[in-house]
Amino acid sequence: MKSRIQFHLVHVMALCAVLGLLVVGAISLAGTGLAQSKSPANTFNRLLKSPTTAKNAPPAEDGVHDPQNPGTTMLQWPSEAFTEFDKSSDGNQVDWMSILRAGKISPWFEFESQTTEPFLFDLVIVREVKGSMPNVVFPHEAHTQWLDCSNCHDEIFIPEKGANQISMAAILLGQKCGVCHGRVAFPVTDCRRCHAQPKTPEELRALAEKSNWAKTSNTSTDQTAAPDKK
Amino acid sequence: MLGRRTIVRLSLVVAYVLIAVLCVTSLFNDNEAKAEYGDVVINNYSDAAGMRPVVFPHWFHRIRFRCKVCHADLGFKFKAGGNDINMLKIFDGQFCGRCHNNSIAWGVENCVLCHSGVPNMKTRVHNSTSDRLVAPVAK
Repeated sequence: MKSRIQFHLVHVMALCAVLGLLVVGAISLAGTGLAQSKSPANTFNRLLKSPTTAKNAPPAEDGVHDPQNPGTTMLQWPSEAFTEFDKSSDGNQVDWMSILRAGKISPWFEFESQTTEPFLFDLVIVREVKGSMPNVVFPHEAHTQWLDCSNCHDEIFIPEKGANQISMAAILLGQKCGVCHGRVAFPVTDCRRCHAQPKTPEELRALAEKSNWAKTSNTSTDQTAAPDKK
Repeated sequence: MLGRRTIVRLSLVVAYVLIAVLCVTSLFNDNEAKAEYGDVVINNYSDAAGMRPVVFPHWFHRIRFRCKVCHADLGFKFKAGGNDINMLKIFDGQFCGRCHNNSIAWGVENCVLCHSGVPNMKTRVHNSTSDRLVAPVAK
């Protein structure tokens, strides 16, 4: 009898130890999450893993460089290179556009010549998007600061109004804007950097009138009417 | 000698401790998420040739060159591992070899500066949005 009680005690103590360790782990994880955002439960997309745990980590600690490799310690640290750069909240934690415009970096535009000025093209494209989401504003000027026309046209984007089907799903999977945004250029977690032109009050009112909410609250409206007819 | 029950008890305790350790380490084992944004690991041929995979730091090159220089003038495609680069092409002055030739940048004899990745890593852009999706993209 006594040995049976002891046997159960061992079980209970072991379980407590396991639970205790898990709670400690969870608390410390939550702590790192809290340090980054006020509400880790409500980050942009819960299907994405939590944001980077260490920003601009030195090569030997970044998880991709092998600390055993003799060259790893010879590499420059990102944080070392970024000390004078304007900060941003995502990607490399660097506002690349701002430091380029401010002349803090002067990257070559052409392989053959260090002094060639970029060929800039100042055309802003506004893409109307579904629902109440603000429209997308695409500035060619900022993109031609870095890129050549041939980088995007015609392989990624057909230069014709209405010819390009773009969705956030495609972008998240690395197509269209996602070829760069989400890999090298600023990631898509900051919606308003692209969705920058809010819908007008009239458009928002028209949307509300078309929605089911407006219909169910008004009994005289025909419920079977197609919601999207213009 | 130890009784049968004692052995069962001990093995149960060991099992609990192992489970606990595994749970806690899996919570913290998120090293790849610390990779600098835009770092590309290229492992088309490296592992098979007994070299560490290549880690290409976009941020370092971006300070010095606009995207156009490599992606238009030098012909790098926007695809991790999609350029089929090998050392022969680099010796021949193609791709990385256009600059890494001891005239614009240090030369190819500095193997360990590029071949610096953790062995057996997959070719991809680390820390990218599609990389961070919990459900992996169907290949």
